[in-house]
Amino acid sequence: MAKLGWAGLTFDEASGGSGLGYAELAVLFEECGRTLVPSPFLASSVFGAECVRRGASTDVARAILSGVAQGDTLLAVALDEKSHFAPYSVETRAEASGDGYRLTGRKCFVLDGHVADKLVVVARTSGTSGDRDGLTLFLVDRVAKGVEVTRTIMVDSRNAAIVALEGAEAERVLGEVDRGADILDPALDRATAALCAEMLGLMTQAFEQTIEYLKTREQFGVKIGTFQALKHRAASMFCEIELARSIVRETMAAIDEDGPDVPTLVSVAKARCSDAASLVSREMLQMHGGIGMTDEADIGFYLKRARVAELTFGDASHHRDRFGQLQGY
Amino acid sequence: MESLESFRQELRSWLTENCPPTQRRLREGEIQPPWGSPAFEEEAKLWLERCANAGYTCPTWPTAYGGAGLSKEQEKVLKQEFAAMGAQLPGQSFGTHMLGPVLLELGTEEQKQRFLPDIVHSRVVWAQGYSEPGSGSDLASLQTRAVRDGDEYVINGSKIWTTGANRADWMFCLVRTDPDAPKHDGISFILFDLKSPGVTISPIELISGASEFCQVFFEDVRAKADNLIGEKNKGWSIAKRLLQYERTMISGMGAGGGGSASGGKKKRVAKRLRGIADAALPYVGERDGKLADGALRDQITQCEMDTLCFTLTMKRSGEEAKAQKGPSHTASMFKLYGTELNKRRNEILTTALGTQALGWEGEGFQKNELDHTRAWLRSKGNSIEGGTSEVQLNVIAKRVLGLPD
Ligand SMILES: Cc1cc2nc3c(=O)[nH]c(=O)nc-3n(C[C@H](O)[C@H](O)[C@H](O)COP(=O)(O)OP(=O)(O)OC[C@H]3O[C@@H](n4cnc5c(N)ncnc54)[C@H](O)[C@@H]3O)c2cc1C
Repeated sequence: MAKLGWAGLTFDEASGGSGLGYAELAVLFEECGRTLVPSPFLASSVFGAECVRRGASTDVARAILSGVAQGDTLLAVALDEKSHFAPYSVETRAEASGDGYRLTGRKCFVLDGHVADKLVVVARTSGTSGDRDGLTLFLVDRVAKGVEVTRTIMVDSRNAAIVALEGAEAERVLGEVDRGADILDPALDRATAALCAEMLGLMTQAFEQTIEYLKTREQFGVKIGTFQALKHRAASMFCEIELARSIVRETMAAIDEDGPDVPTLVSVAKARCSDAASLVSREMLQMHGGIGMTDEADIGFYLKRARVAELTFGDASHHRDRFGQLQGY
Repeated sequence: MESLESFRQELRSWLTENCPPTQRRLREGEIQPPWGSPAFEEEAKLWLERCANAGYTCPTWPTAYGGAGLSKEQEKVLKQEFAAMGAQLPGQSFGTHMLGPVLLELGTEEQKQRFLPDIVHSRVVWAQGYSEPGSGSDLASLQTRAVRDGDEYVINGSKIWTTGANRADWMFCLVRTDPDAPKHDGISFILFDLKSPGVTISPIELISGASEFCQVFFEDVRAKADNLIGEKNKGWSIAKRLLQYERTMISGMGAGGGGSASGGKKKRVAKRLRGIADAALPYVGERDGKLADGALRDQITQCEMDTLCFTLTMKRSGEEAKAQKGPSHTASMFKLYGTELNKRRNEILTTALGTQALGWEGEGFQKNELDHTRAWLRSKGNSIEGGTSEVQLNVIAKRVLGLPD
C-alpha cells in the first residue's frame, strides 16, 4: 500500500505524500470497507499522522511522516483508558524529569499498537480526568524502557493493544503542554471521518450482497426478494445508506476546506454511519438465513467489523450527545 | 392446594438429600470443585441419574414412560423449588422438549415404550433433520427421499444446519415418501440411528466459533419402517406440531424477568429487574445513584420492562390455554418476541461492556467478557433457527389474525 502512495495520500509532498485531500482518502477507505481489508492505515496514516503533523515542528513532522509515507514507520495513538470512548478521561500521568517527561499509566484499545514503531500517548500534565485542559501529547518509542505492549485480538480479526507505561521516557512533546486537546480534537475528527468512509463502504457492500441474495435465493417457488416484508426493509436500508453517503461526502469536503463545522459534521456522520452499518450488517445476516451464521460466508465479518467500528472513536450515542453540545443544548 | 403444599415439602427434602453440592448454589463454607473437573463431572452424572430415576427430567410425562407423572401445577412447584436451590434441571434436550412431546401425542404405544425412557435418561441424544440446502423457510419443499424396501425405508439426500448432529445418536427426520403428491402431502416423519451405514456428518463452523451445526448426507441409509411416526405421507402435521414445541422452547430465552407472585399485597415483581444494569455497572459507573450513561440506561430499562411484560404474557397465555393441550400458534408470537428480545439484550450488553465486549481470545479480556462476545454472536441465530422471525410473523398474521394470503 505504501508503494502505491496510499500511506501518505494526504501528506504534502515535502513529507513524501501525494498532497491529496480527504475526499480522495474517503474513496480509499470506502474500498477498504467494502473488502474488509485490515490495515494500519487509520491508526497510522490518519490518526497518528494528524497528531504529528499538527504537533511536531515542521522538520520533525516531515521526517516522521516521510517514514510513514514510505511504509517504514507505523504510528499508533494511545488514548483510551476505559472500555467506553471518553477522550478527556485520561489518568495517565506525565511528570517532568530532567528536560523531558516520564509517563505512567495504562492505555487500552490502542488500534494497531502492537505493530506501531512510535506511539502518540495522550497523558495528563495537569487537571483531573475529564478535563479538556491539562492534556498533553507525547511521542514515545514503542521499544523504549518502561513501555510494555500487549496485543489484544478483537472480534473483527484486527488487533489493538494494551500499552502499559511505567515511567516511560517520552521522545518529545507534540504541541503545547496542557493544550494537547487542541491537537487531539481535530486529529480525532479526521480519523473518525476516515472511519466513517470505511463504514460507508462496508454497509454499501453488505447491502449490495444482500440485494443480490434476495434476487437469487428461492423459497416457496419464488425469489425471496418478492416478499414484501424483505422488500420494504431493503428499500428503507437503501434510504439510510444514501443519507450516510451524503453526510460522509459533506464531511470530507468540510475537512478539505478546513471549515469551522467539521466537528458537527463528523458527529453527524459517525452517529449515522454507526446506526446504518449496524442495521445493514444485522439485516444482511438475518436475510441470509442459516448461511449468515456460518463462518465460511463473510457475512459475519461485516457484522463483527461494523460493531467494532461502531464503538471506535465513540458510538452513535456519544456523537449525538456531542452534537447536542456543539449545537448548544 | 394442600396436596400441592405437601408435594413442595416432599420435593424440598428430596432435593436436600439428592442434589450434589456442585449442582446447586453453594452454601456458606462450601468449596466447589471447578466446573468441568472430574469431581464436577462425576456429580453432574449422579445428579442426572437421580433426576432421571425420579422422572424429574420429564416431569409431566406419564410414569409408564419414565416421567414423574406430575400435573402442570406440580411441575411449576418443581421449577420453583429447583430455582430456589439454584439447581439446574439436567438432561434437557431436543428429546425432552421436541420429540418426546410429539411421540406422547402421536406415537404408537410400542414407539413410546421404545423411545421415551431413553430420552428421560439422556441415553439417546437426538438431532433434528428438517432443513435442507434448498428448503429452509419453505420446509415443505424438502427433497430428501425415502423409498420403501421390505420392512425398511431407504433414505437419500441431505440435511443442513443440523444442530449437534456430530454429537447425536439418532435423528428425527423429515423425508419425502411421495414425490408426486402436492408438497405437503408426500412427507413422512421417521427416526433412525445416525450410526447407520451411509450417514456422513460434516460440521460447519459458526460465526461465534463453536462448531455446533452440521451438514448431514444420506446415501442409501436404511431405517426400520416401524420407526415411521404417524401415517406415511402425513408427516407434515407432525412436523408442524413439533415446531410449536420447539418455538415454545426457544422463546424461553426471552423470559427471565421477575415473575409476579400471586395474592394479597405480596410484591408482584418478585425480584429486582437489574440483571443488565448489574453487568453494565462496572463499565459505566454510577452518578447520583443512576447508571452514569443516560442513553444506555434508557435502553436497559426499556429492555427490562419489555422482558417483564413478555414473561407476564407467556404466563397469561399459559393460564388461558390450560383447557387446550400443549402449545398453539401463539408459540410463534413467543418465539418471535423472545428471540428478538434476547438479541436486543445481547446488543445492549455489548454496548454496556464497550470495547471489552469485542475481544475474540487471548490477553486483555476476562472470561466473562469473551463469553459475552460469543453469546452475542450466537444470539444472531435465534431469529433464524426454529423458523425465522419473518416466518413467525407470517404464521401470526395468517393463523392467529386470519389475514388473507
Ligand atoms: C443456529 C442455528 C441452528 C439450527 N438448527 C437446526 C436444526 O437442528 N435442524 C434443522 O433442521 N434446522 C436447523 N436450523 C435451520 C433453520 O431452521 C433454517 O435456517 C431456517 O428455517 C431458515 O431457512 P434458510 O436458512 O434456508 O433461510 P431461507 O428460508 O432461505 O430464508 C432467507 C431469508 O428469507 C426470509 N424469508 C423466507 N421466506 C419468507 C417469506 N415467505 N416471507 C418473508 N420472508 C421470508 C427468511 O426469513 C430469511 O430472512 C438452524 C439454524 C440456525 C441458524
